[in-house]
Amino acid sequence: MTVPVLILGARSDIARATARAFAAKRHPIQLAARGAEGLAADKADLETRYNVEVTLHDFDALDVAGHEAFVDGLPALPGIAVSAIGLMGEQAENETDPAKAVAVMRSNFEGPAVILGVLANRFVNRGSGTLVGISSVAGDRGRASNYVYGAAKAGFTAFLSGLRNRLAKQNVHVVTVKPGFVNTAMTAHLDLPARLTAEPREVALAIVQAVEKSRNIIYVRPIWRLVMTVICAIPEAVFKKTSI
Amino acid sequence: MQLSGWGNFPKAEARVSAPRDEAALAALVAEGSAIARGNGRAYGDSAISPRNTIDMRHFDRMLSFNPATGQLVAEAGVMLADVIDAFLPRGWFPMVTPGTKLITLGGAIAADVHGKNHHVDGSFRACVDWIDVMGPGGEVSRCSHEENAEMFDWTLGGMGLTGVILRCAIRLRPVKSGWIRQQMIPADTLSAAIDAFEANMGIPYSVAWIDCAAKGAHLGRSLVMLGEHAEPGEVPPRYRATPFKATRHRKIPFPMNAPGFVLNPLTVRAFNAAYYWKGARQKGTRIVDWDGYFYPLDAILHWNRLYGRRGFMQFQCVLPQDAAREGMQRLLSAISESGQASFLSVLKRFGPQDSAFSFPMEGYTLALDFPRSRAAIALMPELDAITLDHGGRFYLAKDSRMPAEILAQADPRAEAFAEWRRDRGLPASFASLQSERLHL
Ligand SMILES: NC(=O)c1ccc[n+]([C@@H]2O[C@H](COP(=O)([O-])OP(=O)(O)OC[C@H]3O[C@@H](n4cnc5c(N)ncnc54)[C@H](OP(=O)(O)O)[C@@H]3O)[C@@H](O)[C@H]2O)c1
Repeated sequence: MTVPVLILGARSDIARATARAFAAKRHPIQLAARGAEGLAADKADLETRYNVEVTLHDFDALDVAGHEAFVDGLPALPGIAVSAIGLMGEQAENETDPAKAVAVMRSNFEGPAVILGVLANRFVNRGSGTLVGISSVAGDRGRASNYVYGAAKAGFTAFLSGLRNRLAKQNVHVVTVKPGFVNTAMTAHLDLPARLTAEPREVALAIVQAVEKSRNIIYVRPIWRLVMTVICAIPEAVFKKTSI
Repeated sequence: MQLSGWGNFPKAEARVSAPRDEAALAALVAEGSAIARGNGRAYGDSAISPRNTIDMRHFDRMLSFNPATGQLVAEAGVMLADVIDAFLPRGWFPMVTPGTKLITLGGAIAADVHGKNHHVDGSFRACVDWIDVMGPGGEVSRCSHEENAEMFDWTLGGMGLTGVILRCAIRLRPVKSGWIRQQMIPADTLSAAIDAFEANMGIPYSVAWIDCAAKGAHLGRSLVMLGEHAEPGEVPPRYRATPFKATRHRKIPFPMNAPGFVLNPLTVRAFNAAYYWKGARQKGTRIVDWDGYFYPLDAILHWNRLYGRRGFMQFQCVLPQDAAREGMQRLLSAISESGQASFLSVLKRFGPQDSAFSFPMEGYTLALDFPRSRAAIALMPELDAITLDHGGRFYLAKDSRMPAEILAQADPRAEAFAEWRRDRGLPASFASLQSERLHL
């Protein structure tokens, strides 16, 4: 069943890899991003490699009032929608500059949650569909080093969990992706431990598999489930003194 | 970060950036001492610049394909493996491929790589219609045989020292299946191997694996392997319905650097003898799949770790046709006398080559690899001298240790290339550890 796949935040490395992984399985692709005309080469790439139809769509996740119209403008209601939208920001700036903190909160929670909510209602009306939200292990427990980003992802994770619960009986499935570290533009300036860091392609293949097998929550590298179980088990009295 | 080529030597501390668009790339180039790096398969220091190594692998988009001409336009970071993945199912294969598919198109162009079909089709250059190259100021010029022809000539084989290759148009070859009709000819001596090459100049693929440990009467004992793309009707029955589909080989990762004693002259000798006798039993014609035929080593990820932490050296030279028989004999005698058997030794006939600075020339090329032991290091100058004596030259994509004087003596084009670079003010903008070592 090769339904169209909508990729939100299509410029991200994870999104590009995900678009390729679905196109390789012959799905038509809808790439949505701010300044979508800049993705002409990505469109050409998917068409050249996989001989599938690809369309480009301008999309700003923060323009929540425009989300219904955005979905109306798609050539077809997608069967699968993946949100790779996110903004890491600088924790130190987020602590002192409210505007920056708000941007991080809105870009990781409000925008992605609202668009997936809009798509969810359409999927319910049709009676089918899969929504994939890329959240983060940073949302599993707030830490000093990135709790503004983490809190927004926590909100998004909770939203996806609730959405999944609501839609479970309506043949619409929701996948929550917590990729752990990924080697992308977002983390290019960080020195990440190799064993814990996935390549975008790994995340993409895990997403395709999760959609096919209707998985609920995936951690791309299995080790992350363990790491986060341990981190979440540390008593708060101890945790507050650590610097993880 | 610590950076090295595929041979794990030399290792150097280098700043590596991985830009995602042309503007970011231009800003890096403007900093000077830049060298573009693809998938890191050059063996030595060709793609290392301590101050400014530019990882091009984000430029990995295929831009268009014309089924009427077989022309593929793609960004330089696209890998040959991706080209095969995308196009073999549609009946197309790279026109020229080296022994690994894990290389970028940019790297293939910079090294002007060759394959088993050089004697018929020439080097990679033969399939390149045009390239886009970014110069020192971030300007991009389209270069082909007609347009900016001089830049085109020096960039093919120019080891990234003329600018950053951004995009290319290459022609693919139509094939009728993903299978190869392989013919194995055991040759008991070097001379017999060369005779086999000369007798089969019309067969598109040919290569010989040499048992470098064989001595005396068996010196140069080899397995000559010829190949042609198979017709759909020759595909093994199990695969006949999907003649382009790869038979999935499981990738075996080589987990860690092997301890130094794994590859010693004794084990290498044993391996080589066993390989020869196994091959000799497979004498005659067989149908084999493309992956196993062209890329046997790709099935073992990180096979370079076999050589341990100290890494290994490649030696690859070409000798002109009229000096090849005698020169190869001398090279093999020198190796055999040194007791330093090479693990994988490959002999190949080259056809004519017309280009500014590419490695091939009509004659025979010999490729060897040695662990970086003291004895092997001591053997290199001897092999260099024999190559010089016979009018041969060296492959820069394999080189990690050649002195500048040797290159200058072997290849007068090196000085011309350096001069051309100086005239355009390129040395300040584009440099690698190799270009500095070799005064390019
Ligand atoms: N990299 C990691 O280690 C890691 C780990 C866990 C989770 N994640 C998550 O994975 C997803 C993809 O991230 P990435 O690593 O590939 O980094 P990225 O390149 O920074 O991707 C984030 C994408 O979100 C888009 N975006 C941000 N705000 C937007 C808005 N208002 N409207 C439309 N698009 C917007 C960005 O588009 P523009 O190009 O227009 O800015 C960008 O393409 C994100 O949700 C991220 O939080 C990443």
